[in-house]
Formats: sequence, C-alpha cells, structure tokens
Amino acid sequence: MSDVLAVADHRRGKLRDVSRELVTAGRALADDLGGKLHVAVIAGDVEAFADRLSLAGVDTVHTVDATAEFNHDLFAGATAALFEAVSPTALLVPNSVNGLDYAPAVANRLDLPLVADAVDLSYDGGLVATREMYGSKVETTVEVSEEPFAVTVRGGEWPAAEEPAEASIEPFDYEFDESASGARVQGYEEVGAGDVDIADAEFLVSVGRGIEEEENLELIEELVEVTGATLSSSRPIVDNGWLPKNRQVGQSGKQVTPDVYLAIGISGAVQHVAGMKGAETIIAVNTDPNAPVFDVADYGIVGDLFDVVPALVEEFA
Amino acid sequence: MKILVTVKEVAEAADDFEIEGTDIGERFLDYDLNEWDDYAVEAGVQLSEAYDDVEVVSATIGPERSEETIRMALAKGVDRAVRVWDDEIESAEPDVAAKTRLFAAVVAEEEPDLVLTGVQAADDGFGATGVSLADEIGFDWAAVVNSLDTDDDLSTAHVHRELEGGVEELTDVDLPAVLTIQTGVNEPRYASLRGIRQAQSKEIAEYGLDDLGLDADAVASPIARTEMYEPETESDATYFDGSADEQAAQLADVLRTEGVVSE
Ligand SMILES: Cc1cc2nc3c(=O)[nH]c(=O)nc-3n(C[C@H](O)[C@H](O)[C@H](O)COP(=O)(O)OP(=O)(O)OC[C@H]3O[C@@H](n4cnc5c(N)ncnc54)[C@H](O)[C@@H]3O)c2cc1C
Ligand SMILES: Nc1ncnc2c1ncn2[C@@H]1O[C@H](COP(=O)(O)O)[C@@H](O)[C@H]1O
Repeated sequence: MSDVLAVADHRRGKLRDVSRELVTAGRALADDLGGKLHVAVIAGDVEAFADRLSLAGVDTVHTVDATAEFNHDLFAGATAALFEAVSPTALLVPNSVNGLDYAPAVANRLDLPLVADAVDLSYDGGLVATREMYGSKVETTVEVSEEPFAVTVRGGEWPAAEEPAEASIEPFDYEFDESASGARVQGYEEVGAGDVDIADAEFLVSVGRGIEEEENLELIEELVEVTGATLSSSRPIVDNGWLPKNRQVGQSGKQVTPDVYLAIGISGAVQHVAGMKGAETIIAVNTDPNAPVFDVADYGIVGDLFDVVPALVEEFA
Repeated sequence: MKILVTVKEVAEAADDFEIEGTDIGERFLDYDLNEWDDYAVEAGVQLSEAYDDVEVVSATIGPERSEETIRMALAKGVDRAVRVWDDEIESAEPDVAAKTRLFAAVVAEEEPDLVLTGVQAADDGFGATGVSLADEIGFDWAAVVNSLDTDDDLSTAHVHRELEGGVEELTDVDLPAVLTIQTGVNEPRYASLRGIRQAQSKEIAEYGLDDLGLDADAVASPIARTEMYEPETESDATYFDGSADEQAAQLADVLRTEGVVSE
C-alpha cells in the first residue's frame, strides 16, 4: 500500500496526451503517499507505448498485451486484476470518453470510492480532490475518508511528463476472450467532414446557446458576412440541428487555432474550451460576468449579444 | 419489454449567486430536468413508439421537489415513475456507489431490459452512475452514446460512442444493457398540453430505504464535500465598458488591429 496505479489512454495506435499528464499527477500523489508510481498500458502495441511511458517518475510500466483497440470489458477486467496484484492506495484513470466507459465499473467491482473529473489532487492523511460544479462556476474540495480510492483526472490540468527514463517494464498476464464480451467494437467513423474546415480559419465567430432561437442565427450570419469571418459554434447549436457537425468546436468537435476567436453566448464549458484555448486572441460576449469563458478570454464584453452584435455589424457595414 | 430511464433534477446557478457553506444558496438555484436525461427520455419514448408493448419507467433519487421534473418526463411520454428518497438518503448525500445501490434495488424490483441514463449530471457532473450501475447489475453497457439503433427482436443495440475529436466508435451491445446517452442523439420533444394533462394522472411510486430492502449502510458515503468557492479567476481579460455601441466600437478596433478584418 501507498502506491499509485495509473492507466494510460491511447487510441488507434496513438498514446493520448492525457496519459503523460496522468504520470505527472500520479507522481505527485505517489510522493505525497510515499509510494511508487505504476503505469498500466492495456491493448494495442503495448511495447511501443511502454517505451514512451518510460518517463522520469514512473517506477513500473505494466503491459497487458491483448486486443488491438479499446474494449471496456478488457480494460475493466485487466485494471481490476492489476489493482489486486499491485494493491495501490490510488487508482488514477483519465476522465476521457473511454475512461467514462470503464473507470466506474472498476470502482464498483473493487468497491472503491470514486471521485470523478478531478482538477487537483493532494493527500493529507486522506485524499483531498478539487472538482468543479455548476458548469465550472464554482470549485469544490472533496475529502475521501476511505482507502484505497479511485479518481478520474481531467485532461489539460497537469503538465505532461516529458523526460525519458528507465522504468521497469513488466508484462502482466490477463486472459481475455473478446468474443465473449457483450459489447463488441465494430469499427470507427470520422464525422464532421464537409464544405469548410473551421480548423483552417483565421477568424472564427462562434455562437452558443445564448442565441436562443434558430431564427436569431441570422444576426450572427450578418456579422460573419460583414467581417469575412468563418462561422463556428458550441455543441448545443449542432445538437439542435441548426448548424452541421463540422462547425462544432470542442472536445468532440474540432480543435481550432485561429488568430481571433469571438465567442458569442457561449459559457465556456471545459469540453468547449478544450477546442478553442489554442486561439491566439479570444474575445467573449456574455451576459453572465461569472461565465467561465472569461477565464480564457483576452477581451471581454459583459453584455447582451442582441445589443452588441447589431452594433458590431454597424461598425463594419 | 421494459425501459428504465434515470431522470435527475439538476440545479443551475443564477448569474449572480452567493455560496452558503458548501453549496450555492438555495435562492440562487433553479431546478430543471438534466439536459442529458432529456435525451435519454426521448430515446426511451421513441423505442416505445417504435415497438409494441414497451413500457418506459423513470427512476429518480431526489426530494419531493423533483416531482415537478418527473412530471415533465411523464408529460413527454414516460408511462410511470419511481422516486427514491427518505431522510436517511437525504442526510447521507449519496455518492456514485450509493446511487448505484439504490438504482440496483430499483432494477431488481422493475426488471428492465434496457436502462438509459444521461452521460452526466449537469450540476455535479460525475459521469459515472450509468456504467457503475451496469457493472453492479451485471448488464452490458456503452457510455457516451450519440446514435442508437436496435435489432427488430431487441436483442442487440447498435450504438455509436462519441469519442474525442470527431471520431465515433461503432459498437454492438447485447441487451439487457445500460446506455449512457449523449446530447444530440435525437431531438427531445416538448411536452404537449395533452401530455401535461395526462401526466397528472400517472403514477409516481415513492420508495425509501426500507421499501428497497436496504439499510443506512447502503447510502453511507466516504466522500464528503468540505468546501465550495468561486475559483480565483485566471482571467487577465480586458473588459470593454460603456453602452453596447461603445463596446462594439472597442471590439471593432481590436479586430482591425489584429488584422482579421479589413477597413
Ligand atoms: C462528453 C462530452 C463532450 C462534449 N463535447 C463538446 C464539444 O465538443 N463542444 C462543446 O461546445 N460542448 C461540448 N460538450 C457540452 C458542454 O458540456 C456544454 O454543455 C456546452 O459547451 C454548452 O454550450 P453553450 O456554452 O453554448 O451553452 P450554455 O452553457 O447554456 O451557455 C450559454 C451562455 O450564453 C449566455 N447568454 C445567454 N443569453 C445571452 C445573451 N442574450 N447575450 C449574451 N450571452 C448570453 C449565458 O450566460 C451562458 O453563459 C460536451 C459534453 C460532454 C459531456
Ligand atoms: N439523483 C439522481 N436521480 C436520477 N438519476 C440520476 C441521479 N444521479 C445520477 N443520475 C443519472 O446518472 C446520470 C449520470 O449522472 P452522474 O454520474 O451523477 O454525472 C444522469 O444523467 C442521470 O441519468
């Protein structure tokens, strides 16, 4: 006990960034606990992944050679088996879409308290985790009075571990019969192709739920017209079918890096910010002074888009 | 066939709010049906319209106040509802594991073939209840489902799981299963006047721990919220003040300086 077990995330042959962030978070927690950091890599080309995860701060990389791709029965089963073998105090899993698909099952199976989507962690005789609530308007501290425990970790909150080192790499035997799994991956599909690629745009005018009605989009389209910008949006606009999927900025849409990103009536949920924080200059228009979008903005207007946008159109008309 | 849809009443904070203790003051909170659950309800109701003999039952862990939200789900076509609550549950502030035990007891009672939950609750967003429940009750599952199709004999669900970066995973899941539903999977309907009227006479069964054959241990949670605060803003944003016209003029200047619009 007092070790940390962190499970890496990868997809279609690529280690995802959050895996190396998890190493940073896991090392810090292991230091607090006075234990070792174990990293598990399950499925895919585990040897290549293990090499890349052999980073400073990692004591052991456990490899589970199985299927080519993610399968949640494999991930849940292998993680639980490794947990029993390593018997750590903390299990860390990325709060990625695949993390959502197996971490809660592991926690349930092993009877571990689960703290989801942590943005900060420390240990002081017990786990102290920081999480957000109410659409990122507030932060909370939660304390866990039981050990061992499981935590899912938000991407982009810890710096990625970079420095190569010589971790010990240990294959871990786990028998898995994919055909017996009740959930079988049939393939993958890329979505969101289409006429424009918002990822190429220099100036994005991006609209969110603050626009209220489909008819009101005309207002934003006018602005796009007079400024020569490209139109993008947050998720609800696409969910409602008002704009095609290729316009969606965010975690499950596109990552964009324009010179200017003008966010109109967008709250700045973490999954949205994941897609636009790389913009050179971010400008936000929102009625709510506490909207989290202002945290990433360079310029802000606390105001009603139905007043500000027409005035802006006038400026360029 | 029976479909169980979990329906949470979530709180949304007003633009200006105050924190009292470890939560936002009650008077700054507005309650509504969780956005993700609205899509889950629609998915259940659409299945009941597409197949004969499908009953859709909603399940909520929540105080009496949440009946307003439950009525909304009933008005949208849910056939009847279960609400789980009592003083012990209230004081325990159930975590994912506790909610899993409560919903597992409801599942034992109702014996559904399919359970639909939302991906996450908008207020405290754990994104964990559905998959945890699936593991507990021995159902197969899929998380973050943004497309759902079923075989004619309802033995298998063909789903898309929405991964990051515009990639979807195509997965077949055997029923009985738990699916966590992502927004955009369908177009949730508005409750019709007729639906709202009918909802008044639909049943909302109430269960406490005793009724579910559980004791206080089942909801005891080792996770406690000890603090809530407004995050220190990392913002060094420059704010444009004045009237809308003045704000727009300053914004236009920035756009010109950045060189993204000519003139
Ligand atoms: C797995 C997963 C993946 C996701 N992927 C994405 C993604 O790729 N992209 C994405 O965007 N979201 C994504 N989301 C959803 C995300 O969590 C939020 O729900 C979404 O980003 C909210 O969009 P919004 O800001 O437009 O709406 P809201 O959060 O409802 O915000 C609307 C904003 O408009 C403001 N407003 C209202 N009226 C006015 C007015 N008159 N003038 C000015 N401002 C006004 C309000 O103050 C509010 O801040 C994902 C969620 C999950 C769980
Ligand atoms: N108290 C509750 N009552 C009803 N459903 C809930 C409750 N808590 C969670 N759920 C369901 O589980 C999903 C995920 O919630 P969470 O794991 O809390 O983010 C929600 O979308 C709901 O469908």
